[in-house]
Amino acid sequence: MKNKKLSRRKILGGAVGVTALAGGRGLLGAPVLSTDDPDLEAHDARVMSTTGEVDLSQFDPSKFLYEFDYGQVSELPDGQTLREWDIVAVDKEIEIAPGVYFPAWTYNGQVPGPTLRCTEGDRLRVRFSNAGSHPHTIHFHGFHPANMDGVFEVVKPGDEFVYEFEAEPFGLHLYHCHSVPLKRHIHKGLYGTFIVDPPEKRPEAREMVMVMNGFDTNFDGDNEVYGANSVAFHYHRHPITVKLQELVRIYLVNALEFDLLNSLHIHGNFFEVYRTGTRLTPDDFTDTIMLCQGERHILELKFRHPGTFMFHAHQSEFAELGWMGFFEVEL
Amino acid sequence: MKQWILGLFPIVLLAGFVALFFIYGPLGVFMAAFPPVEELTIERVVLPEPDQIVLHVINGGPDPVTVAQITVDEAFWKYTTDPEDKTIPRLGRMRISIPYPWVEGDTHEVVILTSTGLTFSREIAVAIQSPRTDGTYFGTFALLGIYAGVIPVFLGLLWYPFLRELGSKWLSFFLSLTIGLLAFLAVDMLDEAFETAEAVPSAFQGIALVGIGVLGAVLILFYLSDLKLGSSDQTGAEGRHWTALMIASGIGLHNLGEGLAIGASYALGEIALGTFLVVGFMLHNITEGLAIVTPIAKDHPSMSRLVTLGLIAGVPTVLGTWIGGFSYSAIWATLFLAIGVGAILQVIYQLLVLFTRKGETVFTNAYNVSGFFLGLGIMYGTGLLVV
Repeated sequence: MKNKKLSRRKILGGAVGVTALAGGRGLLGAPVLSTDDPDLEAHDARVMSTTGEVDLSQFDPSKFLYEFDYGQVSELPDGQTLREWDIVAVDKEIEIAPGVYFPAWTYNGQVPGPTLRCTEGDRLRVRFSNAGSHPHTIHFHGFHPANMDGVFEVVKPGDEFVYEFEAEPFGLHLYHCHSVPLKRHIHKGLYGTFIVDPPEKRPEAREMVMVMNGFDTNFDGDNEVYGANSVAFHYHRHPITVKLQELVRIYLVNALEFDLLNSLHIHGNFFEVYRTGTRLTPDDFTDTIMLCQGERHILELKFRHPGTFMFHAHQSEFAELGWMGFFEVEL
Repeated sequence: MKQWILGLFPIVLLAGFVALFFIYGPLGVFMAAFPPVEELTIERVVLPEPDQIVLHVINGGPDPVTVAQITVDEAFWKYTTDPEDKTIPRLGRMRISIPYPWVEGDTHEVVILTSTGLTFSREIAVAIQSPRTDGTYFGTFALLGIYAGVIPVFLGLLWYPFLRELGSKWLSFFLSLTIGLLAFLAVDMLDEAFETAEAVPSAFQGIALVGIGVLGAVLILFYLSDLKLGSSDQTGAEGRHWTALMIASGIGLHNLGEGLAIGASYALGEIALGTFLVVGFMLHNITEGLAIVTPIAKDHPSMSRLVTLGLIAGVPTVLGTWIGGFSYSAIWATLFLAIGVGAILQVIYQLLVLFTRKGETVFTNAYNVSGFFLGLGIMYGTGLLVV
């Protein structure tokens, strides 16, 4: 009986997803109206969303999208570039959907943590202090000595640790807490993007960071809220504006916990995929990309048509629970 | 006057200590450490029209709760609330409207996500448009009630001419059978009362409501019986009529409960699964007429009296289907069911008194014992049809 109900619901969920997407295509070219219109009809693509607005003065995903932290830059005697960052772990309540507050653990008071960016071969120095209530670390993906791995060097509340290593290899990486229990420390919000640019630089583009994440608000081991850059349906309410034919580069990171896979599908377009960003030649040309936990890829595309294009996880469940947004393509 | 002041004195002191506790007590320690306790109950789900789901929510917890978001089948959905303020005070209520394209016959799940991220869910087992309060639905529910409650009770009353001609031993047999029927009903109804009590928001203390209902009904009926009959012979004609009236009233309350169940399940789309249920209730309830008429079988009651008794017992089924179909409330259902249990228990007592005055008990001879167990057996057997 239970199973029967479950399968019925699954079928239903799929059907609704398709309906909503069809509605979205109907909107193509039309301006995105306020999603708080009280008279929205039940089949309008915009009615499947959260109600109200979050306090964007605390954290604005539209700004976070374009925020790259290059650190404090200086030159070492041998000519090598030194980049330094101060990162503090703090407990903070964050708003992940309008009116829904999550008791997060954060790097520098934000989830995701700041997007750290450098160039291959730079010397990196990260001063990490723990002002939170639990022991934390920073575990960087990339080459580094074993004692800089942020696994055994647990930083207790009130303590400090300095991570220092060379930036390599170039690519799109991730940093996150590696204290145990792992799931809790990560899903509570301790993760961020770590970009190592190739020495020869990538072509000029409109660059943005999307950290796909979710929140288990009632701690039942299942996410209640999904999104990119923490706030459910943020880019649904505040579409990302891009120019027609301009090169758009998306640094896409999957920081989701509990669910094995996440994905991104962009409507009406195809993109080049640079897996983990570690090569300068594309690995794939597609419109839907799947990422495991901790996986990340660089995507490049140029929009061919003006108008409103939806993007979302192609797991309809995630899309319906917040991981959905719009690109507004302008002439 | 002075006495009343003395009587109030401890209460005034208590109020003082409560105030002290709130101001200087140890609560501060806990408040800092723990999140608020939230408890919402989705009391009713209404599907008033296609593309519309309405939730009736009640806050039965100790703290105010703020509704933040709604998901239907794991999808966030826009909603509006009435009142507009999304914080529901303790014991407060809210109506939430969701423009959701529900699918007839499918199962849906609605979840309320509160500001602290807690979730409260309610399943819509079979989605079907909720009855509107218009003539058609009033008529439909009335018919359901009449079929399930009124017709079988009156059919049962038609055993009167048969009973009238019976000898004393066989009449005792049927009285015992009545006791068996009623004993079964009391247990069945108590079970249902407890089951309904589980859906009552905890602040309204469902189990306590059951206790109050049962004991209250028993005591009030004893009081009324005494008032009505005084010291006169309770086994006399007037006493027997009173017993029949009490049986009719108790059964009436029981049928009100059945009506609530029918109406509510129809509104939830569950009765759409078959007319079988109503047929079951008809078989089940025909014995109720027998129970009413047995104590007065030898008294040549007038036709109008029999009709009145039948109406008292049967018509509440119709009221029940209306209430259950249009505005089901677990709180009231629990209370009604509990009162019904009390009423039936009191009637059983009344019947036992009839026996003892005749120098018998239910268990004095084979007629009575077999009557009692047959009563239980009939109810059990016909009960198989309504589950």
